[in-house]
Amino acid sequence: MKLFILLLPILSACSPTLARVKPYERGTLAKPVMAESLDPLQKAMTEHAYFSREASFGGGGVGGGGCGCN
Amino acid sequence: MKSILLALAATILTLQAQEPAKVGQPVPKLAELLPGATLPSTSGKVVLVDFWASWCGPCKESFPALNRLHEKYATKGLVIIGIGVDEEAAKYKAFSGKMGAKFPLAHDSAHQVANFFNPPSMPTSYLVDRKGIIRHIHQGFHQGKTEAEYVKEIEALITAK
Repeated sequence: MKLFILLLPILSACSPTLARVKPYERGTLAKPVMAESLDPLQKAMTEHAYFSREASFGGGGVGGGGCGCN
Repeated sequence: MKSILLALAATILTLQAQEPAKVGQPVPKLAELLPGATLPSTSGKVVLVDFWASWCGPCKESFPALNRLHEKYATKGLVIIGIGVDEEAAKYKAFSGKMGAKFPLAHDSAHQVANFFNPPSMPTSYLVDRKGIIRHIHQGFHQGKTEAEYVKEIEALITAK
């Protein structure tokens, strides 16, 4: 029981609410080096080839960088 | 049992401290949160607190609109304060220099103001009435739509007694 009491605040500190990067702290995530692909043209062409062959559209995630703005 | 309840209460309080600022909440004096910054007097004025960053595209788009609002309403009792949340001072300076803001800007490098307001997205702006109470919150910047909302809300707050 004592162990549970001791562990409770420690476990709660691991909760996603506390671990989440806040919107105003995303400067590093928004850097170009953090982008999924460093070559946007190559990414666009690969995606184009993919959806043409697979007869499907989209599904490649959302656009934009890591700042999550707007 | 008492200890469990105490631990739970402490956890809940910690989580509540992360809550974003809401409409109806009073705002402390920004000068107290940012002791080193030179900020204009806001007592008895309608205040628009806008959070921006150099890495945020929509923030860049919002500057011309905020300049227009400043030119139109500054003499009628509106104070716009742009809070830059960049961690690097050089980026803050370069961006603010490029934007040509006509309203005062402040650098919140330690995120003291941002931690109080806890903006849910970038940019976020808070329209505060003459009594220091948050009346409207704008998340993101959507060009003409957001600007029209600002105009409507600012005019209502300026004329309100």
